[in-house]
Order: sequence, then structure tokens, then C-alpha cells
Amino acid sequence: MVAPRNPAGVGAAVVVGCDPPVEVAACADVAGGVGPVAMVVSPADPVGDGTVVEYLVVAAGRVVGVAAWVAPPPHAATVASAASRAGRRRVRTGGVAQRYDLRPPDEWDPTARHGAQVSAGCLLGTTSAVTSRPAPEGLQHCPTGIDGLDQITAGGLPRGRTTLVAGGPGCGKTLMAMEFLVRGIEMGEPGVFLAFEETAEELTTNVASLGWDLDELTKAGQLVVDYVKVEREQIDMTGDYDLEALFIRLGLAIDEVGARRVVLDTLEVLFSALDDTARLRAELRRLFTWLKTRGVTAVVTAERGEGALTRHGLEEYVADCVISLDHRVDDQLAVRRIRVVKLRGSAHGTNEYPFLIGARGFSVVPVTSFGLEHPASQEVVSTGVADLDAMLGRGGWYKGSVTMVSGESGTGKTTFAAAFADAACRRNERCLYLAFEESASQLTRNMASVGMRLDRGIAAGTLLIHASRPTQVGLESHLTTIYEQVEAHDPDVVVVDPITDFTSLGANVEVKALLMRIVDYLKNRQITTIFTSLQHDPGGEDPSVSSLIDDWVQLRNLESDSQRDRGLFIQKARGMAHSHQIRGFVLTDNGIKLLDVVSAKGRQGDKETQR
Amino acid sequence: MTDIGNGSVDAEAVNDTTWQLRLYVAGETSRSVAALANLRRICEEHLAGKYAIEVIDLLERPQLARGEQIVAIPTLERRLPEPVRKIIGDLSNTDRVLIGLDLRPAH
Repeated sequence: MVAPRNPAGVGAAVVVGCDPPVEVAACADVAGGVGPVAMVVSPADPVGDGTVVEYLVVAAGRVVGVAAWVAPPPHAATVASAASRAGRRRVRTGGVAQRYDLRPPDEWDPTARHGAQVSAGCLLGTTSAVTSRPAPEGLQHCPTGIDGLDQITAGGLPRGRTTLVAGGPGCGKTLMAMEFLVRGIEMGEPGVFLAFEETAEELTTNVASLGWDLDELTKAGQLVVDYVKVEREQIDMTGDYDLEALFIRLGLAIDEVGARRVVLDTLEVLFSALDDTARLRAELRRLFTWLKTRGVTAVVTAERGEGALTRHGLEEYVADCVISLDHRVDDQLAVRRIRVVKLRGSAHGTNEYPFLIGARGFSVVPVTSFGLEHPASQEVVSTGVADLDAMLGRGGWYKGSVTMVSGESGTGKTTFAAAFADAACRRNERCLYLAFEESASQLTRNMASVGMRLDRGIAAGTLLIHASRPTQVGLESHLTTIYEQVEAHDPDVVVVDPITDFTSLGANVEVKALLMRIVDYLKNRQITTIFTSLQHDPGGEDPSVSSLIDDWVQLRNLESDSQRDRGLFIQKARGMAHSHQIRGFVLTDNGIKLLDVVSAKGRQGDKETQR
Repeated sequence: MTDIGNGSVDAEAVNDTTWQLRLYVAGETSRSVAALANLRRICEEHLAGKYAIEVIDLLERPQLARGEQIVAIPTLERRLPEPVRKIIGDLSNTDRVLIGLDLRPAH
């Protein structure tokens, strides 16, 4: 449980006489007659709404009611207002009417709280402190099984409720809905897909490339795909009607497979096929209520409307969860984004997250949610260059650290990166090499000339070189690609060579955000990472990137009378008493070899075989 | 007295020129009772002696809702003569029903 914040100095207390004990987080005075109100965070989640902050409504030291809140937490004034309206079901917060469950305790737990005494200490003062806690796992979330979506929804869609997925044409609504069912079946929850736009055959064909065999699932009694054909040309309207037949169809399908998940894609087709919009709306409202009583977790898709979330305002009927999908073009690059507009009872991420429709279906990249919580390892990983290991004082980079190797062109950045990858392979660790300038075979050939046999790692399956041009796709796609590759290959070390090419794709701030998300993600997985970075002018440093990385090795061209030498120094290495020397280095048949300290008097590299 | 049977065909002679009409309902609701009454009246006026009405209660034969692509209740289906036409509603608007059944050209 989150420790209650308590600016007014009110001690947290336990409500006396409750079993299980109810923790009081803070209290508020109530103007308007009811008396002091204690805000509590109870140990249970009686309303089943996820993140719940509960308020005991207290009069004369006794609990007379309970207000249960979902995020966002209101402040004391709202609590006061809630208390004065205890028993009513609508509370006004900040001018916006919001629906809250304000219920007397005997509605859900008569023995635990009704009449329970509140200890005197907690009834002093006013405070706006409110604590909330994440919902107990598995209680009311229905995990979608869709990559990343469960992370941004804090566990999945609200179980037993209806979720609206809104978006323009071609943004992936149908696919997301289908994946919700397919993943559900994988988790032992049969599903029903009521299709209003495509026939079962079309749907089956469309998703076959993702490896989903709808025919197979149907045969196995796990899935019903029912195409609901409503064509205006074949239908006339005369007078009053209801959608009972649709209910019957859906009910039949649910019963056939014992469905736990239902998709309606896209209900709005009904609006073009049937007259009497008012009647239709009433019926849809009835449909959503009916779905709830059936206990299925439903996904309803809807077309984006002009200046509205959906064309026909379906969001009015779906109170529990609304997800918006977007597909827009920035700088000639198409980017798909997903946003959880509303998710009742959960502290969901409110950002827009990029998503991809990849070879395995939907993939949301919620990397921004990772934050700075990664563990710090004491373990050290060799840089692949023995002399450099020695310079670092500890014998290598910390496991899970992020290192940048920067320098002008031709200073050997890729060689350093490859040495790191090669060393990982020699240790039998898994390595992902993201190459943005060279193909895998070119890289392998070039590095073989300095004694690094990347081909061995590739053959052994430990090294995966993923080569692509950065300009082919947008920043978000890169992030998603990295994410997907990392998830698939599960590497111990990652090389990104180079990160500089990202700057051609967006403004600096966007690139930095991208890098930050990559860094957070990799660090959370305890992956040791090397970025290479091309510097255009010697000594030119990029402070925006510097803060993100732990270690920084700078490579330099050292020019003198008739020769160009390479040199390096360690700009920084967090948590290490590293050498401050500038060292020359050469690329030999057996990898990178550092020379003695470069002095003003002469170069010592001349004796070595240089390339 | 209107009775809504299930799959009951009115005792008219069924032959090639007979109009085959199906009325889909879900239980004996006032709306379906009204629809059947309206349908009988219209048929008697315009198709006397050459029609057959089959009433399908989807509560008892739910699979027909899927098979025959029924969404709304009541739905009148003209199965013969072809092409198949569907009319949704309680059939209270006689003119619209006649147009829908192609018994009267749309103006």
C-alpha cells in the first residue's frame, strides 16, 4: 500500500471495529452538517472498480456511509460534497458531473463497516491527501494478451464490461478486436466475433497472414464468427422495431462456445441500415446493458466522427473503457498511435503510444511508462577490448549500463561496437546488433578483417544482426522494431550502430525522447547497450544525449605531420574510477589494441601494423 | 384472436403463384402481435387467396436468426416471388408495406 501523504499532520489511523481493519489515510472536515469525513483506503475492493479510494462517511464519530472513488482522486472539498450528498449517486467535481458509486456500506459489506467507530485522532484537521493503490491483480482486469496493451491499461480491459475502440478507417480496429479474441482463446476464453462489415471468409483471409487460423478455432469450438448482413437496399422500414433478433443471435453464439469475450465490429453499420435513430440508440443502450448481464468482456468498434470520438456518439453508452486508435502521416511517415481515453477504475497511461501491426499482430510500445526504476548491477561486462577494460578500472562496463562510443567518421566506432558484440558471443551471451549503415554481410566481412568472427555468433544463433535504413520508417517504428527484436531475441547485450542516423528523422527533442525510451526499456531488462554516434566536428558534444548514457568513450583522429592516428579517451563512466588518459589505438588483425599514453613527443603507434 | 404459432402456415393453397411470406418474431409481444395482424389485413386486401404466412419465433429457433440474417424484430421476409425482400417494423404503415412488398410502385 502506498503510504498516505498527510500535509495537515493528521495521523493515519485504523477504523475501530472493522474486520478486516480499515486504514484511514486522511480526513476532512465537512461544512454542511454531516460531520467529519474520514478518507480511508480499505484493504478490499468491494466495488470491483480497480483503483479505489474509499471514504468513510462519518457522523458523530460513527461510520454512516462509504464513498468509493476511482482515480483521479478528488480533494477534500469533493469529499465534503460527497458526504453531504451521501446516498446519492452523482457528484460534481470541478464543474464536471461525474458518476461515482456512493453507496451505503450495507449494500456491499454490512458487517465490516457499518457503525464502525473512527478513532478520534483521525478526525482532526483538513487535508487533501488521498492515496490510491493499484487494483489487486486478476480481480477485474481482462488481460488482452496484446503486446503492450495490458501495460498501458494497467492489466487489461475491464472484465465483464464493454470497451469501445474508436478510430478512422484503416487504423487497425478490426485487427485489434480480432487479436483480443485470438489471445483470449489462447488463455482459455472462447470468443464471439459479430462482424457487420466483413464476411467470416474475408476476416479469415485477412488475418491468416498473422498466423491466426480462424477456421481451426471455429472447428475447435473456441470461436464463432457471425457475419451480420444488413444492407439498406434489401430492407424497408415500416414502424416500430427492436433488435431482439440480434440479441438472440449473439446469445446463441455465446452459448455455442461458452464465450467469455465478444466483439461487435462495427455496430454503426446499423445506423445506415435502420431508420428511427432514437429507437436504434435505445436498443444499443439495451445491448450494452445486456452484454454486462451476460458477463462477457466485450469490444465494440466505432468509426471516428467529425470532431467527435465516434460518428454516432457510441461513447455515451460505454462508460467503462474507451480506446482511440489513430493513423496519421507526419513528414511522409505513417505512424499508428493508441490512446486509452478512459478506463474506469484504473490508473492507466494517458499518453499516446505508438503501435505497430507487425508479423505477430498488434504491438504497443509503452516504453514511456518504464521510468527510472531499473536496478543497478554490480556485475561487469567486458568491453571486448582488454586494454579498454583495464582503463575502466573495473574490467568493463556495468551490466545494464548504456555506453556511447562517439567520434568522427573513420575513427573506428563500429569496430568498438563489434568488439563488444564479439566478446558477448564468445561468452555465449546473446547479442542483438541493430545496424543502420551496413548490411549484415558487409559488417561481418569488415569485422573479420580485424579478427572479429561475427559469423560464428550468427551461426550459433547467439548474434542477431538486424540491418535496416533508418529513413525507411519513422522514429516510433524504430522503437517498436527494437522492442520487438529485443522481445524476440532476448539479448544480453544490444548494439545500436549508429544512433546518429535517427536525427535525420525528427526534431532533436523527439529523437531524445526516443532514445530515452530505448534506454529505459533496455535498462529495465538489464541489457548492456552500446550506441555509436557520429560526431561531425571533433569535440562537438551532444549534451542532450549525454545525460541519458552512463558511459561515453570518445574516439578522435589525431593528425600530425604525415600521419593520422586514432586516439580515445573516456569522457565518463558512471560509478567507475576510470583512466583520464588519452590513448592511441590501432586496429590489428586481432582486434583493437591500445597504445601507450600519447605524449607530445612522439607517436608509438608507428611500430604497429596499421590498417 | 390472433395466435402466433411457430412455423404455422395459413391454410391457403400453396402453389407457384403463391406469395410466401415469413414473419420473424421473438415471443408474443404486442409489437409482433400487431405486426401479424397488420400483415394478415394487408394480405387479405391485396393478395387474397394467394399468400401463405409463416411465423417464426426466434426464441424457439434462434439459429434461423443467423441463417436468415435477421437483426431486428419484427421482420417480414418475402421469400417468393423473388427477389427476397425484408421489411422491418410492426407493419403499421400500410403504404410502406405495399411498396416494400412490391405490391404498389413507389411514387
